[in-house]
This record gives sequence, structure tokens and C-alpha cells, in this order.
Amino acid sequence: MVEILDWVRWGLNHSDRVLMLTFEHLRLSLPAILASLLVSVPIAAAANRLRPLREVIVSGTGLLYAMPSLPLFIVLPIILGTGVRDMINVVVALTLFGISLMVRSAADGLAAVPEHIRLSATAQGFSPWRRFIGVDLPLAGPAMLAGLRVVSVSTISLVSVSAVLGVQSLGSLFTDGFQRSIVASIVIGILATALLALLMDLLLVLLGRLLMPWTQTARTSAGPVGRGRGR
Amino acid sequence: MIEFRHVAKTYPDGTTAVEDFSLTVPSHTATVLLGSSGCGKTTLLRMVNRMVDPSSGQVLIDDEDLASVPPVALRRRIGYVMQNSGLLPHRRVIDNIATVPRLNGVSKREAHSRAHELMELVGLDAALASRYPGQLSGGQQQRVGVARGLASDPNILLMDEPFGAVDPLVRMELQRELRRIQTEVEKTIMFVTHDIDEALALGDQIVVLKTGGEVAQVGTAQEIVEAPADDFVAQFLGVDSGRRSLQTVPRPGGGHTVVDGGGRPVGVLEDPPEGSSEPRG
Ligand SMILES: Nc1ncnc2c1ncn2[C@@H]1O[C@H](COP(=O)(O)OP(=O)(O)OP(=O)(O)O)[C@@H](O)[C@H]1O
Ligand SMILES: [Mg+2]
Repeated sequence: MVEILDWVRWGLNHSDRVLMLTFEHLRLSLPAILASLLVSVPIAAAANRLRPLREVIVSGTGLLYAMPSLPLFIVLPIILGTGVRDMINVVVALTLFGISLMVRSAADGLAAVPEHIRLSATAQGFSPWRRFIGVDLPLAGPAMLAGLRVVSVSTISLVSVSAVLGVQSLGSLFTDGFQRSIVASIVIGILATALLALLMDLLLVLLGRLLMPWTQTARTSAGPVGRGRGR
Repeated sequence: MIEFRHVAKTYPDGTTAVEDFSLTVPSHTATVLLGSSGCGKTTLLRMVNRMVDPSSGQVLIDDEDLASVPPVALRRRIGYVMQNSGLLPHRRVIDNIATVPRLNGVSKREAHSRAHELMELVGLDAALASRYPGQLSGGQQQRVGVARGLASDPNILLMDEPFGAVDPLVRMELQRELRRIQTEVEKTIMFVTHDIDEALALGDQIVVLKTGGEVAQVGTAQEIVEAPADDFVAQFLGVDSGRRSLQTVPRPGGGHTVVDGGGRPVGVLEDPPEGSSEPRG
């Protein structure tokens, strides 16, 4: 009991530093989450088109996740020509892990768009590109959001590993805590990371509701006349 | 006018869906392709908007060979309605109807006001405009599908079993509505069905198809009912089972009941034939 109070006191005393590190944490993870999405969608779409290679591409990218993260943080700079503590280095590494999780969700989501709806869109005069943007992507949206939520949690927890290399993030609270034997620092680091992951997840869910309002109503399909008049 | 000249279609997997099909579809009338499952109806219909290209032969619209018409632009000037409505589930009813005008670059305001007119034309409550397709009944969805097909005021409307997935009562109402709409808009309609009664109800011209898109008979409803070209057509009509040879039977209370060849009552005769009970036609 006494210890919990100590940790809280430590956290309050160091709130400036915790906030600063949270900001650094986001600065590394947000670009990585976004890049994972942006890179995975074209890979997934291409994989679906190249039928025979689909499984190879999807499973292959999935295997990327098995890479040990610490060595990757050290090897990447050699390939990229950046410094080990460079933000780019960390973001690229995190993006690779993100892609490995995201490609399958995106590929499955895109493949699950009902064929009769795609045909119908074609029949209305959607060009292939326009259909992809206007029909395939939004209809794969819920599956992609589910994937992105996993990517978000995974990325936010992986960022901490880079603290070992001296990159500032909430992970620095563990490394400092270990080096200087400050249990409170370790505990606050864990709590703050978990809280951040939770908040990001909530944000993504809210964003999904905002961008995909039809997913909310589809379940109440047999509603009485007059519902959904909202305009 | 739509013209099929000796078209054939063999799909990449080797299935020959249509062997040699020729037909002229006159403008401003409804032509029904009638045939059982797998006879090539959808394949033929999709040749008109180039969703399917014939392996040989030509399809022409107003004497223009479609082989040289860019497909996307062609589709935007031809209405298409399909069985499962094919509405975009992520777009509100109003936006679904406005799809093609929007693709054609019409402003959102103009496309929506046109969509509202169409909702009225097809008998949809204006309150449904902001719903998503998943919040509509099957019958309502089909009405939206018809409205969407008409949205860009196309000359040609292709309908592939549009009322196949709704219950018989709703289906008959939709057929009645389509006839009413057709007297207003006078489109060149190609309508696919395997339901003989639907074909008789809607077709100015009915094309009875056998497998491989072989034409068994072309004619008006009356011609086909009165003089089926062969056993295949007769069977399709239900002549064998006596469905089409009706007789009147006097009712005890006066008047006549109409029965089919099997003795099953199918209706009541409003104006009993004078003098004799000999039915005509
Ligand atoms: N994309 C395709 N690839 C291969 N074969 C096809 C394809 N589309 C249709 N077929 C085949 O072509 C034949 C005609 O199909 P089509 O869809 O035109 O029939 P239909 O008359 O519309 O049938 P239904 O009433 O069941 O809709 C069928 O044997 C079908 O299996
Ligand atoms: Mg069909």
C-alpha cells in the first residue's frame, strides 16, 4: 500500500518528464502506425490480384513479425545509413512490424468485399481505380480497423525497446529505473505505456465510428420507418 | 435499338454460355429474356454494357458496334438493376441513387434533387433517403435499385431478375409499378427472368431461350400463349400441366369460376360469355 503511494508521488513529482516522454513516444509510434497502414494497403491489394502469389506475400510479410526487434534496431541503420538513435531508424523498424500485422487484415478485408457489390459498382460505371477507392476500401474498412488496432497496441509497446539504444520514449522510464534501481520509475513506465495504448485504441474505435457510420446502423436493419432520419 | 448479331460467348474456363444468338430489341419497349437457369440470360444482358464481351459476333446500339465503345463511359449511360439490388451498403439511399450522375460529374445538389424525384417516381417514402440499404426491406431495396438505374436518365435499362429475391406479393406489386413507370419514361428495357408469369406481365416482346442461348421463340405474350413454337415453349408455359387451358365452370349461385386444365380454380369470370359456356382464347 505504502509503495503505491510512493509510486504515485514519484509520478506526480516527475510529471513533466513523463509527459515529455509520452510525447516522444507518440512522435515515434504515430508515424509508424500510419505508415504501416499506407504501405500495407497497396501490398494487400497487389497480393489479392496476383492470386497464385497471394499466400506467399501475405504469409511472408506476416513472418516479418518473428524478427527479433533489438537486432533489427541495430541492423537497420547499416541499411538505411542513419544513426542508431535516429528517429527514422526506429520508425522504419516499427513500420516493418506494423506491416507484418496489417497486410493480412487488409488483404482479407479487401477479399471479403461481396462480389455482387463489386459487379454492381462496375455495372454503374465505376472505373477500376474509382471502385477501389470508393467501394473496396470503405467496405474493407471494418476489417482494416480491426487490424490497425492490433498494430497500434503492438507499436506502442515495441517503441519502448528502442529505449535500450538510448532513444527517448516511455521506455526510458524502465531503462532509467533499472539502472538507478527506482522501482517507481519502472512501474510508472508500464502504467503510462498501457494507458497510452488504451487511449489510442479508443481513439481508433471512435474514428472508425465517425468514418464508417453505416456499420453502426446495419445491425438494426429492421428498424421502423422514421429512424435514421437524422438530417 | 439494340441488335445482337450472331453473338457467341465461351468463358475462359471453356464453358460455352451462348452459341449463336441474334435478336433485335426495339427502342422504347420492354423485351424479356425468359429461360431456365444457366441458359445464358445474364451473359447476353451483360454484353449490352460490356461487362461481358462476345467471343464472336457483334452487339450494336443504334447501329454503333459496342466493340469500339469505351466500357466505363458506356455503362454510365445504361441503367443496370440486379437481383440482390447490389446497392452500396456504405452509402445512404439518396447517395446510392445519385451514384451515376455523380460519376458523370453532376453537382451533389443537382444529383440529390434528381434522386428525390426518382424516389417519388418509384414510390419510396422521402423519409428513407438518409437510411443505409441495410435498413430497408428487400422490396424497398429493389425500388432503390430501379431508381438508381434510372438516375442518369439512360435510354436503356438492363434488369437481371430484379424482383427475384422478394416474396410473390411484393414481386407482383413491383411488376405493376414497373409497368406504370415504363408508361412514363418509355425506356428500352431488357429484362431477364425465369418466371413465365413475370415475362407475360412485362414483356412487349418475349424471347424464350434454351440452353446455350438458343432462341426457342420470339413473340408477344399473346403469340406465345396462343401458339407456342414447340414442345419446349409449351412446357415452359405449363401447357402440359394444363395451366394455360382454362375453362369456365358455372357456379351454383350464378356466374362462372375459371379453372385450369387440372380443374384447379384460378379465378372468377366477371362477364360470363353470353349464350354458351364455350370459352374463347
Ligand atoms: N464468369 C464465368 N466463367 C465461366 N462460366 C460462366 C461464367 N459466367 C457464367 N458462366 C456459365 O455460363 C452459362 C450461362 O450463365 P448465365 O449466368 O448467363 O446464365 P443465366 O441464364 O443468367 O442463369 P441464371 O438464371 O441462373 O442466372 C452457365 O453454364 C454458367 O455456369
Ligand atoms: Mg443470371
